[in-house]
Amino acid sequence: MKKLMLGNEAFARGLYEAGCRVVSSYPGTPSTEITEEAAKYDEMYAEWAPNEKVAMETALGASIAGARSFCGMKHVGLNVAADPLYTASYTGVNGGMVIAVADDQGMHSSQNEQDSRHHAIASKVPMLEPSDSAECKEFVRTAYDISEMYDTPVIVRMSTRVAHSQSIVELEERRDDSLKEYVKSPQKYVMMPAYAKGKHVFVEERTEKLIEYAETSPLNITEISETAEFGVITNGAAYQFAKEALGDKASYLKLGMVNPMPVRLIRDFAAKYEKIYIIEELDGVIEQHCRNIGVTNIQGKEIFGYIGEIPQSVIAEKILGEKKEFNALEENIPVRPPVMCAGCPHRGMFYTLKKLGVTVSGDIGCYTLGACAPLEALDTTICMGASISGLHGFNKARGAESEHRSVAVIGDSTFMHSGITGLVNIAYNNSNSTVIILDNSITGMTGHQQNPTTGKNLKGDPAAAVNLEELCRAVGIKRVRVVDPYKLSECEAAVKEELAADEASVIISRRPCALLKYVKHNAPFKVNGDKCVGCKMCMKLGCPAISMRDGKAVIDHTQCVGCGICTEMCKIGAIG
Amino acid sequence: METKSIMIVGVGGQGSLLASRLLGNVLLAQGYDVKVSEVHGMSQRGGSVVTYVRYGDKVYSPVIEKGEADAVISFELLEAARCLPYLKKGGHLITSTQQIDPMPVITGAAKYPEDLTEKLSAAGADLVAVDALTLAEQAGTSKAANVVLMGVLASKMDFPEELWQKALEQCVPAKFLELNKKAFELGKNA
Repeated sequence: MKKLMLGNEAFARGLYEAGCRVVSSYPGTPSTEITEEAAKYDEMYAEWAPNEKVAMETALGASIAGARSFCGMKHVGLNVAADPLYTASYTGVNGGMVIAVADDQGMHSSQNEQDSRHHAIASKVPMLEPSDSAECKEFVRTAYDISEMYDTPVIVRMSTRVAHSQSIVELEERRDDSLKEYVKSPQKYVMMPAYAKGKHVFVEERTEKLIEYAETSPLNITEISETAEFGVITNGAAYQFAKEALGDKASYLKLGMVNPMPVRLIRDFAAKYEKIYIIEELDGVIEQHCRNIGVTNIQGKEIFGYIGEIPQSVIAEKILGEKKEFNALEENIPVRPPVMCAGCPHRGMFYTLKKLGVTVSGDIGCYTLGACAPLEALDTTICMGASISGLHGFNKARGAESEHRSVAVIGDSTFMHSGITGLVNIAYNNSNSTVIILDNSITGMTGHQQNPTTGKNLKGDPAAAVNLEELCRAVGIKRVRVVDPYKLSECEAAVKEELAADEASVIISRRPCALLKYVKHNAPFKVNGDKCVGCKMCMKLGCPAISMRDGKAVIDHTQCVGCGICTEMCKIGAIG
Repeated sequence: METKSIMIVGVGGQGSLLASRLLGNVLLAQGYDVKVSEVHGMSQRGGSVVTYVRYGDKVYSPVIEKGEADAVISFELLEAARCLPYLKKGGHLITSTQQIDPMPVITGAAKYPEDLTEKLSAAGADLVAVDALTLAEQAGTSKAANVVLMGVLASKMDFPEELWQKALEQCVPAKFLELNKKAFELGKNA
């Protein structure tokens, strides 16, 4: 049966067909749907873990126990999970273990544009890279074979374009999913120096064998065109862009296995043509490998650069000198950046922070949008959890001057991911820091995933819920309070009081995400045009439902969910 | 057949994912190779969203670039203007007349351009402008504006009616099916 599938959906189908039994992941665009789709197959146990490190250790544990296992994450998630990855490379597997890492070329939804191939090289773990949905499914099946044959975890590298494009997939049956026998084997699984030294030798020998595999693997495809004047070595989404731009004007060596890379195969291909273009997105990993093995008739990064995707227009222009014609208006078209939704519970708290002029240490989630106009409330956003630990460092550096005018903001899911350790540090090292947990009862930005505070698991079944107030008290924070961010005066009083206090405090700003299905919306508000004086106080909230028409505020009834914070802004009572 | 390219554009939350799935399923049923490229994550939060649909005998790139689209379907007028450069010369531009102010307009940093439909026509686009929001509300909910516009697109394409109906059944939850079929019909006859 043929089906149009998202790359991530096809990846999940690959897990199912390959007999995977245990799935543990942390959501992150563009990787999230792999695990959401995997959860739809009853044959696989699937869960959201609190972070990527926990997810990878869970998958490794399941593999050691004899099951085929999986963990998925976005590129920056692999940094969090790097610790288990580098040692899992040494232990190897029992049941096959596959790791998805999704890079975000173009930074559609990420804080950096790192190239995850470096992790594969450094950890000496094989990495495959599909270029469409059919390959996503097929490569996952192959990845399990490689994992078990060579005794190694295998990373499958995704990109935004492959993860979030649909293309046609042929569905197949599920393979054998029986558990392998578990035999206690400390030399293999207890990585203390005496055993790890032996395993490092094993890892280097395994890499040699994997290079041999790469020379003849069907993952690496050569496509020779009779009319070609030059060759292209490429991988992943860039292969599709290159084929679109160059067609049969080029011959191709498409590397489906990007670590380790073959040597003879590349040398033989490169010898066929005077000129070889290396078309790879982000870093020059293939290009450097070519130079390392003495292939020098190549051009890559000097013409394509290190930033973003390399779509067909760029390839056509750089190699063929062709450019497409198009129409455009002379008009200035205003940009439309993403915004916090109408009724977003984060808005009230960010307005308060902006009004009070405090320094705000930010974090990763929908509330990162608090950095945008008109709220412009954030001072920093680095990585998951850095709001809390970063604030602690900021306060230790500047003392009382910043302690009474700085806060950290972090969402419920991000707090569970890696905020809690920062809070322990604040309590333990006696820091007078104020942390605001923006608890919207869901993992928002990635599209509503459950987390350990929501009381539901990945499948939507009831689960233990972390009590944030008790957790904060348990780590040693004495001042813990809860506010409703729809009540601006309550928010302002709480922030002022906690900043004034001479000890650490946590404010939990609690309101479920307005987009959650169970959240009941109030009737939309209306502006009384006779009363409105056009003072634009309501506009300071940056609500997408409110705009000015002919000098008066108007509320878009299709967007307004009746949160009412604009009524608190309007001092003359024109909104009702 | 040479690869054809259709862009579906709008504002995050307007339902472009459903529209592209409908179209993708129709094309698959017609026996084409199909690629549909979507945007998820941060960009979905009220920002400009773009979905690419490409079909033909063999499709490589899932992306549509400037000067490549045979048709652009826009859920919002400003987004239609933004995506005009993607349209091939002589391509179809189907847009809803709905206007949603982007944040720079809301904050007063920029102005929403005036008379965009006239300007788009003057710029050489084969323009169809439809009040999709009102038609969707006639069908029962403003949320069905996406399906109204798919109805408009269907009237411009030569695919059998039953394929669209089947795609609706595949992509829309049963309890909203009748409403969406009505929205589709209103779009087709608009």
